[in-house]
Amino acid sequence: MAQELIKVALIGNPNTGKTSVFNHLTGLHQQVGNYPGITVEKKIGVCKLSEKVKATIIDLPGTYSLNASSIDENVVIELLLNKKDENFPDVVVVVTEVENLKRNLLLFTQIKDLELPTLLVINMSDRMQLKGIELDIPLLEKELKTSIALISSRKNIGIEKLKDLILNYKHLSTEPCLNASVIDLEYFDKLRRTFPNQLLYKLWLVITQDVNFLNLDRKELQSSFTKSHADLRRLQQKETIKRYQFINDTLKIGQKIDSSKATDIRAKLDRILTHRVLGYLIFFCVLFGIFQSIFEWSKIPMDFIDSSFANLSSYAKSHLPSGEFTNLISEGIIPGIGGILIFIPQIVFLFLFISVLEESGYMSRVVFLMDKIMRRFGLSGKSVVPLISGTACAIPAIMGARNIENWKERLITILVTPFITCSARLPVYAIIIALIIPNEKLYGFISLQGLTLMILYLLGFAMAILSAYILNKILKIKSKSYFVVEMPSYKIPMFKNVSINVIEKTKSFVFGAGKIILAISIILWFLGSHGPGKDFKNAQQIVIEKASNELNPANIDNQVSEYKLEHSYIGIIGKSIEPVIKPLGYDWKIGIAVVSSFAAREVFVGTLATIYSVGSHSNEEATIKEQMKNEVREDGKPVFNFATGISLLLFYAFAMQCASTLAVVKKETNSWKWPLIQLVFMSGFAYLVALMAFQFLK
Amino acid sequence: MQVTIADLKIGQKGTITDFNIDEVPLKLLEMGCLPGNSIELIQIAPLGCPLYFNVNDSHVAIRLEMAKEINVLIEINI
Repeated sequence: MAQELIKVALIGNPNTGKTSVFNHLTGLHQQVGNYPGITVEKKIGVCKLSEKVKATIIDLPGTYSLNASSIDENVVIELLLNKKDENFPDVVVVVTEVENLKRNLLLFTQIKDLELPTLLVINMSDRMQLKGIELDIPLLEKELKTSIALISSRKNIGIEKLKDLILNYKHLSTEPCLNASVIDLEYFDKLRRTFPNQLLYKLWLVITQDVNFLNLDRKELQSSFTKSHADLRRLQQKETIKRYQFINDTLKIGQKIDSSKATDIRAKLDRILTHRVLGYLIFFCVLFGIFQSIFEWSKIPMDFIDSSFANLSSYAKSHLPSGEFTNLISEGIIPGIGGILIFIPQIVFLFLFISVLEESGYMSRVVFLMDKIMRRFGLSGKSVVPLISGTACAIPAIMGARNIENWKERLITILVTPFITCSARLPVYAIIIALIIPNEKLYGFISLQGLTLMILYLLGFAMAILSAYILNKILKIKSKSYFVVEMPSYKIPMFKNVSINVIEKTKSFVFGAGKIILAISIILWFLGSHGPGKDFKNAQQIVIEKASNELNPANIDNQVSEYKLEHSYIGIIGKSIEPVIKPLGYDWKIGIAVVSSFAAREVFVGTLATIYSVGSHSNEEATIKEQMKNEVREDGKPVFNFATGISLLLFYAFAMQCASTLAVVKKETNSWKWPLIQLVFMSGFAYLVALMAFQFLK
Repeated sequence: MQVTIADLKIGQKGTITDFNIDEVPLKLLEMGCLPGNSIELIQIAPLGCPLYFNVNDSHVAIRLEMAKEINVLIEINI
């Protein structure tokens, strides 16, 4: 039997708990993608309303109004104006919350003007008592011409009622709740007469916004109804005032606030968290705690994953019938997948902490504390969020810079964020540090390895700040320093939201990066185990002939493998780039790993794993770390000595090695100029620093 | 001289009278920063900027330059 499907759009101000309503309705039945052509996250989920009816729910980006000021907000308007869009909603659900009802309703009155069936959700009902708030729901429903679901996503109250209301959306009124055209009757009358078939508010949105709307010619519309920018802004102000008048009048009768009952935890916490000394101290402790725990806690699962894959690889080698295919699995695919999965513990912890900071409302206080300091470097207080989340991954971080109003500050933030040590650098750092820094404790409690890692993080941060400072001096862009940050009330993060967020982010990381890593390791394996000419084919013979003069026949098999690798395609490519990388202290194998990690840094470890396991003959299980330790130069000294290690660490700290980041920067800045500048400058600088370090230390 | 919301002391309240519309973004108006609405300065960041206000029950932080564009009538303490 055919099922009925209702299309629902969830809309609301940021910090109203819209996403937790979405999570309640859809659980894990979510799909996260992108809107075509832009990097705005698109979340769609499915919710079962009754035996016969399902709803597809689209979680639109949080917005304060339909007057869009960013591409995230544009998405909302474009969907609501375009009836032909496949996601055009049958019913719009506006999510608001009890404490900020007045402001939240502004967006609601705008959406009502679009004459769509609109449902009002008032969230966080569990805080009403605490804040001394009482609501007359039937009266509000009548005044706002809608149905209201008073819910608490935290306490899971009212969700069933909400589902019920969605199910019966056809009963919802589509009448606007106020007439905003009274702000300039003459103007709007003329507009109405010229386009009798169009909704007045839609026309107004098209005039004031940069949005596309069906077959209406924007130019025609704008030229015949032209008004100066200042006049339009004045009208928009009038419109906003008009809407607030209506909302204030409505709430005056529909809402009672007994402020004597309100217990204000917010004020007390703010006094501490934004204190001139304590505030910074707490922020520093939070950061320190996060990094410390990421490295301490994820060590055990990471070691476990590393050794399990080494075991699996040797198990596959010895239990599958020998041949090309087995080699592909045991030398290409298994080490490749291991190279992806090893990140999971650290990524989970990073995303966990970041989403807890954001959910709790603390992040806004950090923005507030840091703004003045960041401005000295040409950044905004809001740059703190990209810079912190850049420790997980630069891609969402750069997209997160969107809410910086000032273009110059936003551009600088985008340009310097890739210097921040992202999780993809971690495995590279971790493995090299383990090879070159002794596992000892300073004064008995400070781990030397941990300290090195911390220094690398600080180095990345210092570079970001320094280049921001320089860019601020160089770039001649004038833009107004608009800066508006909402300070949401403090909330205890909800387990469900945090865990769904962590799962989604980890999933998209593993599959996104995973595809690249897997593809590269298969290609590398192929290039490493095949070669042109006689040298590769007759490797065994050649080595044996040579070896007959020497006295170490025991090593003959290993030598054959080595010889083969050197004369494989990859060996030939590697040898040809060796002159460029030799001054940095790298041999050709490291060179291949460095080059292939321009697609994505984390490929480095996987690449070395693949190259070394192709190159080794033995069936013994060996972790990547052991294999790297055993690598020797021609003179018998280990490849990964202190000088080479430091040179590699510095190279990875500064180089722009991430194709996806470059693509995102291109999209966000709308030009190839900036990503190319990033690539050339960062990688050039990395090369120089690594060169100096190696030459100095060797 | 005109008194602006930048002149408020922490904990002091006032009523917004008017502002320079070219310097104040629409987003701030939509947050409730409109003539006639009451505004209270809650906190000043350690280096004197930004300022953290409660306006029309919205809690927002803005920079000093913008705050200087918004005129206010300071309430006389009762």
